Amino acid sequence: MNPVKTFRLGGVHPEENKLSSGQPIRDFEIPKQVIIPLGQCLGAPSEPIVAKGDKVKVGQLIATAKGFISANVHSSVSGTVAKIDDVMDHTGYRKPAIFIDVEGDEWLEGIDTTDTLIKDITLTSEEIVERVKQHGIVGLGGATFPTYVKLMIPKDKKADYVIINAAECEPYLTCDNRLLIEKPMEFLVGVKVLMKAVNAPKGVIGIEYNKIDVARRLDEIVSGDSYFSGIEVQPLKTKYPQGGEKQLIQAVTGREVPSGKLPIETGCVVVNVASTFAVYEAVQKNKPLVYRIVTVTGKSVKNPSNFRVRIGTPANLLIEAAGGLPEDTANLINGGPMMGKSVSVMTFPTVKGTSGILMLNTRDAQPRKVGNCIRCGKCMKACPMGLEPYLLKRLSETNNFEEAEKHNIMDCIECGSCEFTCPANIPLADYVRFGKSKTGQIIRSRNQK
Amino acid sequence: MNSILLWSLVILGVLGGIAAVVLYFVAKKFKVEENPLIDEVESALAGANCGSCGFAGCRNFAEACVKAAAEKSSLSGLNCPGSDMAKVAGILGLTATVQEPMIAVVRCNGTCQNAPRKVHYEGADICAFATTLYAGGNGCPNGCLGHGDCVKKCAFDAIHINKETGLPEVDESKCVGCGACAKACPRGVIELRYKGKNNRRVYVACNNTEKGAIAMKNCNVACIACQKCLKTCPFEAIEMRGNLAYIDYTKCKQCRKCVEVCPRGSIHEVNFPPRKPKAETPESTETNVTNESK
Repeated sequence: MNPVKTFRLGGVHPEENKLSSGQPIRDFEIPKQVIIPLGQCLGAPSEPIVAKGDKVKVGQLIATAKGFISANVHSSVSGTVAKIDDVMDHTGYRKPAIFIDVEGDEWLEGIDTTDTLIKDITLTSEEIVERVKQHGIVGLGGATFPTYVKLMIPKDKKADYVIINAAECEPYLTCDNRLLIEKPMEFLVGVKVLMKAVNAPKGVIGIEYNKIDVARRLDEIVSGDSYFSGIEVQPLKTKYPQGGEKQLIQAVTGREVPSGKLPIETGCVVVNVASTFAVYEAVQKNKPLVYRIVTVTGKSVKNPSNFRVRIGTPANLLIEAAGGLPEDTANLINGGPMMGKSVSVMTFPTVKGTSGILMLNTRDAQPRKVGNCIRCGKCMKACPMGLEPYLLKRLSETNNFEEAEKHNIMDCIECGSCEFTCPANIPLADYVRFGKSKTGQIIRSRNQK
Repeated sequence: MNSILLWSLVILGVLGGIAAVVLYFVAKKFKVEENPLIDEVESALAGANCGSCGFAGCRNFAEACVKAAAEKSSLSGLNCPGSDMAKVAGILGLTATVQEPMIAVVRCNGTCQNAPRKVHYEGADICAFATTLYAGGNGCPNGCLGHGDCVKKCAFDAIHINKETGLPEVDESKCVGCGACAKACPRGVIELRYKGKNNRRVYVACNNTEKGAIAMKNCNVACIACQKCLKTCPFEAIEMRGNLAYIDYTKCKQCRKCVEVCPRGSIHEVNFPPRKPKAETPESTETNVTNESK
């Protein structure tokens, strides 16, 4: 195995708290009704193609992509469409969704639901990309960027590497780790599929050092089978945000993604572990994205677990299955503690981007007194993109977005390292995220002119 | 020791004197000729540099006024809501067209009692951020968040958050209707409306565009789009904007019939004398409550 690598600038090391890493993935019971939101990916929400009263089967297309950056949505259960109505997502805002009453568990014909491993990749690279697009695969790490867009390499570019993001640098979350432990062969075939799709000679799996046993096992499989030639396992230093796309590329290849450009500029395609597994199932088994693995965890939670959940299952059922909401819960988070969003409504449906549900206890989530900036520069040291968070905060506070753009606010990856390290507890990431969204609006309106 | 002090003082004094003489002549020679009317007009303005006139500051507005008076001999299109435009016109030897005075109105009554808070927010204390993160403590996606972006933007100290209700309140004596708060509100809760005769106004104190059943769950005083007011209004001043009734202040004749029929008490009347007791219907008891809360 290669020596341990890491990215150059910044980074922090929060407490890992991987409480559920020893818990095997359990199939979560299909609920009585699922609520499948239409906007499950970055970009435009999909358009429903079913109506009230329609019978649907598992894997049936129920909403089609609208626009280039958008993804198809499939039914995760079999049953009847109860209604198409708005549902509260985790923020409390209402978003359109399809409600399906569950009847049995009948899969669409042509989907291979067995566990047999299929190694031969019969499809051509164009067919693979088309399949990934049709089956609605998006980045399952949380950003939910449609995977097929990543796999469509522009004509003048060439992909040298497929980098698999197995860092899982976010504390508490263990869904990717468990998948690697339980389905290593399927995952590795998925890497091969991706390599074929983008025609890349090399596939690198980047794993943080705290999961070195998994890395060793994958390395054994890869080196013991000539089928997996071209795949490498790259251990990485345990440091947040090791799993950031740009950080991972720099750690693995030493290349730097230019400001405002996509990773393909450096000849890299970065895909998450869960997405790789979903690509394997879509391409080799013809299975659309109907479930995902969700980590339900927290220090006071009775049974921290990893569930394989049908998309659209209400989150409160998952919390109940993990032993109920602990009494000392102060903050419920959709995702991990660093990048996840606080939840306003407990009944929000799990979507493709829900990687975890975290219940922080009162001790960890106690409100901290916000002080004044003492110009210590810790945030600058922690920023993995080399930005100046204190300055960006001030600029977005005063609505000076032109100046913020000059200081590269759009390069912020919203990892929250600055906020984590700030001794004055200033919510820097909130300010910068706000400034970034406003600056993005200004840039978009300027480009349209 | 003393001599050092003395010499320093003498040298500095002489230098200062020379500089003063030079500056006196330089200031005379390079004096910028400005119309004295500009100073006069500026002193008549509110002086808050609020920007509601569309200019960068009061000085720029005064310059524009003087220029317009000299070139077009009218002040059309120029209006400072915070000051007496008749006085400005008088300085410039013109007569000003009197514009209807405006006032900021908070179209939300989701107080802590009317819309119980379910979610506690701990981020940056700014409405513009909070609205991107969650729908609001009471679950209303259009209502006031209560972090006071409007308060921070007000140059006249005319709007304050009431600690008990969690909502901003406009001080009628101080508000000049510049609209800075309305611009600052990320949800458009605050609106500029006609101040009205004798400061009397009728408006829908709700901004929720969700369906009635959902709005009802979150807030006891939300507009549920029953359209009773729309049918009652004899002047066709009320329109439905999505699921929200809106009273057009240019058409409203302040008959207050809509206030009586509103089953939710969402329509507020301000500064009206108390009603006669014979009109005591269940609806009007609600309006009395709203009257007091204003």
